[in-house]
Amino acid sequence: MLGKHLLSAADLTRDQALLILDTTSELAAVADRSVKKLPTLRGRTVVNLFFEDSTRTRLSFELAAKRLSADVITFSAKGSSVSKGESLKDTALTLEAMGADAVIIRHGASGAPQRLATAGWIDGAVLNAGDGTHEHPTQALLDAYTLRRHTRGGHGDLSGVRVVIVGDVLHSRVARSNVLLLETLGAEVTLVAPPTLLPVGFENWPCKVSYHLDEVLPNADAVMMLRVQAERMAGAYFPSTLEYSRMYGLDARRMALMAPEAIVMHPGPMNRGLEISADVADADRAVVVEQVANGVNVRMACLYLLLGGASSEGEGSQ
Amino acid sequence: MTSMIIRGAQPYGEVAQDIEISDGVISRISPAGSLSGEDASHEAFDVELEAAGCVLLPGLVDLHTHLREPGREDSETIATGSRAAAKGGFTCVHAMANTAPVADTAGVVEQVWRRGVETGLVDVRPVGAVTVGLQGAQLAELGAMASSAAQVRVFSDDGLCVHDPLLMRRALEYVKAFDGVVAQHAQDPRLTEGAQMNEGELSGRLGLAGWPAVAEEAIIARDVLLTEHVDSRLHICHVSTAGSVEVVRWAKARGIPVTAEATPHHLLLTEELVASFDPIYKVNPPLRREEDVMALREAVVDGTIDIIATDHAPHPREDKDCEWAAAAMGMIGLETALPIASQVFIESGLMDWRALGERMSVTPARIGRVADQGAVIEVGAPANLVVWDPSQSTVVTPAMFESKSANSPYLDRSFAGAVRHVVFRGRPTVVSGEVVS
Repeated sequence: MLGKHLLSAADLTRDQALLILDTTSELAAVADRSVKKLPTLRGRTVVNLFFEDSTRTRLSFELAAKRLSADVITFSAKGSSVSKGESLKDTALTLEAMGADAVIIRHGASGAPQRLATAGWIDGAVLNAGDGTHEHPTQALLDAYTLRRHTRGGHGDLSGVRVVIVGDVLHSRVARSNVLLLETLGAEVTLVAPPTLLPVGFENWPCKVSYHLDEVLPNADAVMMLRVQAERMAGAYFPSTLEYSRMYGLDARRMALMAPEAIVMHPGPMNRGLEISADVADADRAVVVEQVANGVNVRMACLYLLLGGASSEGEGSQ
Repeated sequence: MTSMIIRGAQPYGEVAQDIEISDGVISRISPAGSLSGEDASHEAFDVELEAAGCVLLPGLVDLHTHLREPGREDSETIATGSRAAAKGGFTCVHAMANTAPVADTAGVVEQVWRRGVETGLVDVRPVGAVTVGLQGAQLAELGAMASSAAQVRVFSDDGLCVHDPLLMRRALEYVKAFDGVVAQHAQDPRLTEGAQMNEGELSGRLGLAGWPAVAEEAIIARDVLLTEHVDSRLHICHVSTAGSVEVVRWAKARGIPVTAEATPHHLLLTEELVASFDPIYKVNPPLRREEDVMALREAVVDGTIDIIATDHAPHPREDKDCEWAAAAMGMIGLETALPIASQVFIESGLMDWRALGERMSVTPARIGRVADQGAVIEVGAPANLVVWDPSQSTVVTPAMFESKSANSPYLDRSFAGAVRHVVFRGRPTVVSGEVVS
């Protein structure tokens, strides 16, 4: 069983992560049926609490909850308490009063989901749908699920699978969650970024690091490109988008260095022409659209496992 | 005037004495119990304080206190902050300048000083801003503040760094005319844009923007060299890193007139607490690594860091009852400073009470040029005293605070020992742990 909340990829043991991936496989079968709905969460209320714009993640969670027959409310609070709107606490108390069984939160501040889960404002389960530059655990789970399908025939863990993650690791919650989860599942992760976009202390992360993309591409089973925001130039992280693209972008020449069966991943939305060229984005080995489809099933599995079990109801009544 | 006797107290934890006080000064010190019997029958005291088994120290002096008045009376006032100070064993606090309006004119510092006198629980010594509005662009009228009724001697833009090197040089030069000191909040602004916690492996993992040690150390290095160049006095606020300690140690060895402070929280707490994302631990400068805490302790013991200062920073509840990024920086500290210092330095055997009295009373009074504070306990000395009872304990609860705010990181902790009595200018301000109004 899982814990009460899903806040960080580090919360998951290998067995828990595999349980989510295996459950995803079962639920994926439902997605292939003409009637895609399961009655599992009938009568339960799931709140999508989005303090940041994120159409794809919000829709993915909405669809996942609806396919499990939950009542879904979406609360898009543009601008957080930082901009003096309603505070996170008051929003949480409101949701609690409405009887939310689970709150899926996307927030610009690192740690906001943990705060929501531990401050005593609400009783329900908290799912982190991306917090600041901290974590995005369901993205890591859907990436792991996608990797497992392509490298392991959809079974077991990711032992020995070689994954290269390229780009703005410093500001990437996707990279953080992926490093943690992929390590748990036995994959070998290499981060590639300019030194300015690697966090201090990365030497002690459970992964390898390189500044040279060409050197690591031939030995990768999968290459995961991270979104780079042009605004980063203001912080002097790199001199120009052109130079970034030349040194760390994935184009056709670089793609040719990859093993024939290796895949290209991207959490989206892509900056075509910056971190990924259009011909790579549209190549057969780019599984970006499949990642989106897998995202719905992975989120169904998370909601199902966090809310569906009888034992979690027992816990709630104590 | 009140006459008073403190019975059986041990000055600096040494031999028990009876301390007689009249007209605001210590009038007699005699062996404990020697005034009993016949003497006592014809000696009538207005106030008698029992202090058997207790340590007697000169009243504590805080060089770094935020009293928030004027402007943020919702978090603290000069009256409530004075009560908190008294309860913590202080007889003098320095009120930082980052109020609204900023304490950058003679008018504002005199108002703060007067409100302190009216409250009458501690000496409230206003700190003057170095620059107008803390904007870091133009020197405030330092001379006017120095010659005002408030007699300002400590100048600081605390909360913000005087980062313009030319302005810092001029401030250091200018305060020489009235024996002032510039207290620098050492934080390079560009290196700490958006910073949320100590920069290191943990900040990388938590995805919180890092606050590198070098942002503090580089400013201290620059400022000690400027101080040497213009031969003035520099004080470094809340030193928080091992590297800063090394720079200050080097400067002192060179004979540069620099003094430095460390806060109780930087002497006790480490950055691991941030992993909870509970903003009660959000503070400027941030909590650092265990190595930094150990280096700070060593520096306080060997005198590289001259004093312990609280950086008491009250905030209303809503400013901490939120997500990390939205929360205010700072924690209250007046009422827990002595319990923490006792645990860290006395219980551990690192220091004796005489040395701790230097760090928390004598030296801060000297840096701030405060007359009548931080005096050696002897006949004729002004009666500013604190009685510490090692047999009690300080249990930290929201209800215990005299401060208007309760943003303490020590809630539910317990420390050995407690402030029992405090005497301010010959009058009791705290008796048996309770503030006397």
